[in-house]
Amino acid sequence: MAEAAHRYDETMPLEYRTQESRLNILGFWIFLGAEVALFATLFATYLVLFQRTGSGPTAKELFEVKDVLIETLLLLTSSFTCGLAVFEMRRNRLSGLLTWLLVTLLLGAGFITFEIREFIHYVHEGATMQTSAFLSSFFVLVGTHGAHVSLGIGWMILIIIQILQRGLTPRTARKVFIVSLYWHFLDVVWIFIFTLVYLTGMVI
Amino acid sequence: MGANHHHETFPWKHIVGFIFSLLLTFAALWVALSSGLSTGAIIGIIVILAVIQASLQLFMFMHMTESDSGKIQTINMAYSFFIAVVVVVGSIWTMSFVL
Repeated sequence: MAEAAHRYDETMPLEYRTQESRLNILGFWIFLGAEVALFATLFATYLVLFQRTGSGPTAKELFEVKDVLIETLLLLTSSFTCGLAVFEMRRNRLSGLLTWLLVTLLLGAGFITFEIREFIHYVHEGATMQTSAFLSSFFVLVGTHGAHVSLGIGWMILIIIQILQRGLTPRTARKVFIVSLYWHFLDVVWIFIFTLVYLTGMVI
Repeated sequence: MGANHHHETFPWKHIVGFIFSLLLTFAALWVALSSGLSTGAIIGIIVILAVIQASLQLFMFMHMTESDSGKIQTINMAYSFFIAVVVVVGSIWTMSFVL
């Protein structure tokens, strides 16, 4: 196995062909582990403080099912289309890859648009970061996720430009695969925000 | 070693993963808002549904177990989730005595 790892392996998908790529992908998984720890601290802060609403609104008064569901479905579908992009890449279909990446970007942009509208709506209702411990920790947790999605959109645009310039090579394929891991991971985090912040907030 | 996907012509795995994710999302929504269960039961159930959906993403969309590093990747993510649970549950438990 150790010897095989050094070879240029034709039987593997493009993104795994070189040892450098394989190590990059493994390294990115390690990074995602660190991201889990980062979000865990923000979840812990939020869950400890979310009933400390002071004179501001409570989670139940603030959250609206419809808006949250739209954001959830947009991000979930974008994770699905991002998976389809990698699927097309593995069939060596450049047009399919680019199409699904673009759809993913549009859905991601839709998600961010709804999230910003949601935040603006809260602020207009007097629910700002300074209002209560609940809202401080809410905006930090959900905002950190939103910042990740925004970064992912910029990153994916750069990767698309590079594919257009260089075509599908073991190197660009590896970059697509890694940005896809990042994108799916953002949906994993959102599943817990949906569950522990929004649904829990509407129940308690 | 399971990284070879050249022969698949239709993304069944992704479609099944997507449909199950949708079902789990709406199931969680229903349990939370319409089931009429106790608060404790609701939170227990929706957390389990979230863990299942997160696993679907990791296994069906992110191909966590493929390649030579599949085992390391899986252990890495399992350990990070262990740390997450310790941090979150530990914080809530500790602060339940203070606040």
